[in-house]
Amino acid sequence: MYDFAYEKPTALAAAVSALTTDDEAKALAGGQTFIPVLKQRLNKPTKVVDLSSLGLSGITVTPSTVTIGAMTTHGDVANSVDVQKAIPALANLASMIGDWQVRHRGTIGGSLANNDPSACYPSALLALGGTVTTDRRTIAADDYFQGMFTTALEPGEIITSVTFPVPERAAYQKFRNPASRYAMVGVFVAKFASGVRVAITGAAQGGVFRHAAFEAALSANFLVDAIAGITTPADDLNSDIHASAAYRAHLIGVMTKRAIAAA
Amino acid sequence: MPSVTLTVNGKTHTVEVEGRTLLVELLREKLGLTGTHVGCDTSQCGACVVHLNGTSVKSCTTLALQADGASVVTIEGLAAADGTLHPMQEAFRENHALQCGFCTPGMVMSAIDLVMSHPQGLSESDIRHGLEGNLCRCTGYHNIVKAVAAAWPVMHGRELAPAE
Ligand SMILES: Cc1cc2nc3c(=O)[nH]c(=O)nc-3n(C[C@H](O)[C@H](O)[C@H](O)COP(=O)(O)OP(=O)(O)OC[C@H]3O[C@@H](n4cnc5c(N)ncnc54)[C@H](O)[C@@H]3O)c2cc1C
Ligand code: FES
Ligand code: FES
Repeated sequence: MYDFAYEKPTALAAAVSALTTDDEAKALAGGQTFIPVLKQRLNKPTKVVDLSSLGLSGITVTPSTVTIGAMTTHGDVANSVDVQKAIPALANLASMIGDWQVRHRGTIGGSLANNDPSACYPSALLALGGTVTTDRRTIAADDYFQGMFTTALEPGEIITSVTFPVPERAAYQKFRNPASRYAMVGVFVAKFASGVRVAITGAAQGGVFRHAAFEAALSANFLVDAIAGITTPADDLNSDIHASAAYRAHLIGVMTKRAIAAA
Repeated sequence: MPSVTLTVNGKTHTVEVEGRTLLVELLREKLGLTGTHVGCDTSQCGACVVHLNGTSVKSCTTLALQADGASVVTIEGLAAADGTLHPMQEAFRENHALQCGFCTPGMVMSAIDLVMSHPQGLSESDIRHGLEGNLCRCTGYHNIVKAVAAAWPVMHGRELAPAE
């Protein structure tokens, strides 16, 4: 690992200024992605700005929304009785990320800022149509994801919280890579009065995406059988040592059916 | 050089570190506590698990500076001064839950957190899922699961209520 300066500001404005005055400075949340990246020398920051003293963790639930502070750990979301009641699929998703020790440190803000194409939270944000709040604005899920490891965040922009509308029903189903624990295919299905949204993670070269054909069929009829005849083209899906694009295309159908049944 | 002040196994230390120094490097190289192991560089094996302010974390995936002001417990901090083993260590010994012993410090630290955070009881499946972050190349896990189940009543001072 290359060496770097370390700062732990206690005010959001100070953190933003530390990140924007030096374009080689990087934010640190739980470190469960960033520290492995540093170990592999894939990133060489001059300065690491620890976000843990900015008061950005905590969960607020209203009848129609769940708002989670950026520094809230996966473990705290999984164990939150309020989240379990309001959006059980979200608590369940958090409980399946990595392993126990990763969940003790990893945060929702870090996961969404990183936008790993195999990460779990991006599918929840996109399927639930949530919003990302930063130090300077709010960004709708449909505008936030811009391809793998790429988001609408500007350099130095810090996520402060994430808000999810409460759906009528929802479920997350993940076919996980048994070694890495990330999603080989993960499907988040959410049913609202206005229609159904389906987001797929782990599968596509461009990262998380909405499945328009499934959404149309399920908005008309929220039943497993509604998507029985729909196949997913494998063209833009990932092929790697874990699974071919054709297998991932197949898994998308299987995991979506399981999600509908579980919702 | 920055310095970090933390409590390790009840003793307070102030140590000079670099920004990049990992908590596990501080423990092993600066404090000589080599019971905490490093088995991978991908944050997957759990050989490095310690307790940071009471919860289990991978010390290879935590910067030393992130632990400033924190209280850390390592495998060396478990046994009593007279050498009496912690109930989890004793259960590992009784149940032959280790062979080469490389994974054992991390396994024991994770297992203690798992038992303490489940006062309502632990099923075999809870134990297996709870230890997903700890890899063992020797035992096949079965005796580790038995050891954790055996330690639960000792650590909580009561028998498990029978499942309904
Ligand atoms: C063994 C293992 C298994 C895992 N399995 C899964 C899995 O199954 N599913 C899954 O989804 N993830 C998985 N992860 C990743 C884990 O969820 C990470 O915690 C997460 O991706 C990153 O969160 P973090 O808080 O650790 O962020 P960090 O690693 O600290 O940061 C990640 C990136 O986000 C930036 N960042 C962090 N917070 C903010 C913020 N508030 N605003 C702006 N930028 C920010 C950082 O600068 C950095 O570039 C796994 C990780 C490990 C080590
Ligand atoms: S050394 Fe493998 S997880 Fe820390
Ligand atoms: S006892 Fe050898 S790795 Fe677990």
